[in-house]
Amino acid sequence: MAYLIQGETGGWEVVVGLEVHAQIVSQAKLFSGASTAFGAAPNNQVSLVDAAMPGMLPVINEYCVEQAVKTGLGLKAKINLHSVFERKNYFYADLPQGYQISQYLLPLVGEGTVTLGMPDGSQREIGIERLHMEQDAGKSMHDQDPNRSFIDLNRSGVALMEIVTKPDIRSAEEAGLFLRKLRSILRYLGTCDGNMEEGSMRADVNVSVRKVGEENYRTRAEVKNVNSVRFIQQAIEIEAERQVEAHESGAGVVQETRLMDSARGETRPMREKEFAYDYRYFPDPDLLPLDLTPDYVDAIAADLTELPDDKQQRFVTDYGLSAYDAGVLVADRETADYFERVTHATSEGGKTGSRDAKMAANWVTGNLFGALNAAGLSIAESPVSADALGKLLDLIADGTISGRIAKDVFEVMFETSRAAGDIVEEKGLKQIIDTAEIGTVVDRVITDNPDQAEDVRAGNDKTIGWFVGQVMKATSGKANPQAVNELLAKKLKG
Amino acid sequence: MTALLTVLTIAKARDGLVAGDFSAEELTTAHLEAMGSKRDLNAFVTETPELALERARASDARRAGGDVRGAMDGIPVAVKDLFCTEGVLTTAGSHILDGFRPSYESTVTANLIEAGAVMLGKTNMDEFAMGSSNMTSYYGSVKSPWRGSEGQDLVPGGSSGGSAAAVAARVSMGATGTDTGGSIRQPASFCGIVGLKPTYGRCSRWGIVAFASSLDQAGPLTRSVRDAAIMLGAMAGHDAKDSTSAPFALPDFEAALTGDIRGLKVGIPKEYTLDGMSNDIQALWDDGVKWLEEQGAECQELSLPHTKYALPTYYIVAPAEASSNLARYDGVRYGLRVNGASIDEMYENTRGEGFGEEVRRRILIGTYVLSAGYYDAYYLKAQKVRTLIARDFRQAFEVVDVLLTPTAPTAAFAIGEKTDDPVAMYLNDVFTVPASMAGLPAISVPAGLDADGLPLGLHLIGRPFDEETVLRTAEALETAAGFTARPDGVGA
Amino acid sequence: MSLDKDTVRRIAFLARVRVPEDALEPLVGELNKIIGWVEQLSEVDTEGVEPMTSVAEITLPLRTDEVTDGYYSNRVLANAPDNKGPFYAVPKVID
Repeated sequence: MAYLIQGETGGWEVVVGLEVHAQIVSQAKLFSGASTAFGAAPNNQVSLVDAAMPGMLPVINEYCVEQAVKTGLGLKAKINLHSVFERKNYFYADLPQGYQISQYLLPLVGEGTVTLGMPDGSQREIGIERLHMEQDAGKSMHDQDPNRSFIDLNRSGVALMEIVTKPDIRSAEEAGLFLRKLRSILRYLGTCDGNMEEGSMRADVNVSVRKVGEENYRTRAEVKNVNSVRFIQQAIEIEAERQVEAHESGAGVVQETRLMDSARGETRPMREKEFAYDYRYFPDPDLLPLDLTPDYVDAIAADLTELPDDKQQRFVTDYGLSAYDAGVLVADRETADYFERVTHATSEGGKTGSRDAKMAANWVTGNLFGALNAAGLSIAESPVSADALGKLLDLIADGTISGRIAKDVFEVMFETSRAAGDIVEEKGLKQIIDTAEIGTVVDRVITDNPDQAEDVRAGNDKTIGWFVGQVMKATSGKANPQAVNELLAKKLKG
Repeated sequence: MTALLTVLTIAKARDGLVAGDFSAEELTTAHLEAMGSKRDLNAFVTETPELALERARASDARRAGGDVRGAMDGIPVAVKDLFCTEGVLTTAGSHILDGFRPSYESTVTANLIEAGAVMLGKTNMDEFAMGSSNMTSYYGSVKSPWRGSEGQDLVPGGSSGGSAAAVAARVSMGATGTDTGGSIRQPASFCGIVGLKPTYGRCSRWGIVAFASSLDQAGPLTRSVRDAAIMLGAMAGHDAKDSTSAPFALPDFEAALTGDIRGLKVGIPKEYTLDGMSNDIQALWDDGVKWLEEQGAECQELSLPHTKYALPTYYIVAPAEASSNLARYDGVRYGLRVNGASIDEMYENTRGEGFGEEVRRRILIGTYVLSAGYYDAYYLKAQKVRTLIARDFRQAFEVVDVLLTPTAPTAAFAIGEKTDDPVAMYLNDVFTVPASMAGLPAISVPAGLDADGLPLGLHLIGRPFDEETVLRTAEALETAAGFTARPDGVGA
Repeated sequence: MSLDKDTVRRIAFLARVRVPEDALEPLVGELNKIIGWVEQLSEVDTEGVEPMTSVAEITLPLRTDEVTDGYYSNRVLANAPDNKGPFYAVPKVID
């Protein structure tokens, strides 16, 4: 069901396009040899080129080109073998050259697609309009001094990919799904770390609304530089509501750039002079066109890592997982890799071959995720390695411990990083599978609780569960649950 | 002794240094004295005598130790103030670069330092190299060492006017210049010296204050063709820091001066005959044809049909690029700042005061031709015409090896003339701009005097990266012309 | 096409070049003269002609991804008209 805003005059559809600025993972900047590392002392990772000293010239970083091509392929997009760097001319305090080197008429990457898995199991395709390479600007700080702004050029010249979607997004929720999916793809490819807190992924959000059934788009407003998924979703909702009101009140919507004020929960127009923007793009005469060969692109394509969609499909086909579980596991490449390592046993100290993939998936998405979330850790920081978790699953599979005991063992593993086998050994948690031994306990429990036994015999099956609990308690949880169930059934009802 | 040293060519000075007839320090001292006696020309924005003597002494010390870095080792040269020089004020002739001392050395001047050359100082120039008269400099006009027939002060040409005046006045043995539409060749013609604009990409643009990136090219101004060959060899070469630098090995330019032009095919483009061009210019051009033919070359008339459009094309392309290249002069990181209540006001004040009239005019023209709605009609159109201009040359060079034309439509004019009509001033570059638009190597050789006794140059244009043929032909012209005139009071 | 005062005022702001109001009128005249002169290009037939952006007939050189520059904020700031510690300082920017 499409997301609609109910105005006074009826339902309004939200139309959203995103321009995502993703910082390319590279050692050095796009056109200079200065470092891209985050968090350096101000103006220290700045070359003379980045500071636009007179006579300085750009020379392009080949790895950034490769990263952008890789990203284009990951977005199933057309790679343009001939692309051109142009200058986008405007004045801003943190734009030292007075222009940004970008791509305009002939971008490196053309149309592509990102597929979203919707919560109801359906799929949505969001079109990619283009991807081009450009330089980042520096950073201005406006709140340190009453009369001055301070400029740090450490970011100036860092390589960005601007990824522009078609106006295919219809709700804040879809925007969130798109951004998470895009981030997942970029992280899989290793072309952008997707870290929004450090600003390595930001978005400009183009929002318009239209009455249900309208075919043409209405005037849109652009909300600039929003830097978290939550704020982007918030910006869409706030801006769409504002526009619905503006249309319904007759005030109308003007094409303009707005800023998100998340503290106040509103967007407001940027202060800008009339005719402030006319970017006067023209091909940068300090550079030449970027001409790639089909072989170059093919080689990158041949080396392309498996992407989330393909991996999800493979997890469904090869491991028999549900599409949902597979989707959860592949959202993050490290999780998917972790899961696969749990699934594939190694020969070292354990059995070789495959473990039960569904059980592995449940453990990863259940116990492991729960523990990591509670501890505020990422999967890379997990105190329980994939191999260690795999060996715990082996103990369940061969009946050494029950699934219930395994949860306790896992908690200890998570706290201490110790091996499952050692914990089981030390605490004597091995499962009791000897039916004679279990039978003795069962007999004792029945004898000690005649009223409850009578209850079961009278037909109240629920009380069997109570007996199971008593037996487990008496064996410190070590009795094989299946054996307990069978014995109780036989002795109480047989 | 010192007077004699300043009239030497670079080639002769090299021989003298090799023979031990004089030291680099003596050579430099002689030129520093000449610099002091010619201050009225206003050829220098900054003099660097201490640095010059230090480098001269270092050259002598190297030579004493048997380490000689080639023909330029110990040779005093002047550097156009468009080249960034480490620790030395670099102004581009503009108020807006007030106090700017780069922490880096341009590739071309670094190459010269590496070759042992001695920098005497930074020469005055038209602001941001925009001009053909040296009247647009914030540091005042440069006077040519030549005088008009009634003693009036003449322009040295531009934009490398300070460099041309210094070399012509025997203050410097050679000088670096830059040429965007004729800024080396036209002042060379006005001052009676040799000016060589190499092929675009031959000299690195790194560290040269940019005017129009697709046209700017550094080159030497010298008093002989041989000196131009020697100095170019020290300036040029591939530079990985300039994406448009040509990745080709450098030929030995001096070795190209064989004196043999037999069988050389020379094109005489008929479109370079202008209505109302002076008889002196036409006569000199005819002499040039005769001199080359006498030495065994074959001259033939040919057509470059888009020649007349080169100048208007240039005056779209160059200002467009300049409007963007000069955006960095914003009062934030270096140079002049004129404060304002907001940052936009600061920009407007700084750039309004910091740029002179001609630079402001070109920035506005460039902004206009790139702006929404006008880009296709002006900028894109000019780029297409540029393709046709380059095509004309390519077709001509299928038939001939080199083209011969006059360098400029007139001799030097008086300071203050042509200032009220920008277009009339632009016409100075009518013969030099087409080769610039096509990126071709071209040279101006002093070849005669006009009726008022002022120098006139002949202009040769060659194939891309064939400076060798250009230089060889230029030397043939130089030999035949036997140009020995000097400005009054200069040398001996 | 010819420029009027408003157009010149607009491009002067785009270029951030202060033009005093009384200087606008003469500037309009000068710029129109230049624009009028370059308009002779309209008589050239450029149908099907590719625009030329560079005369350099070489391919774009690429450099390897190595940190080879930077770490000299003193040189970056050496010529600054105004700075505050390691930052450049400018009149306050209001978005």
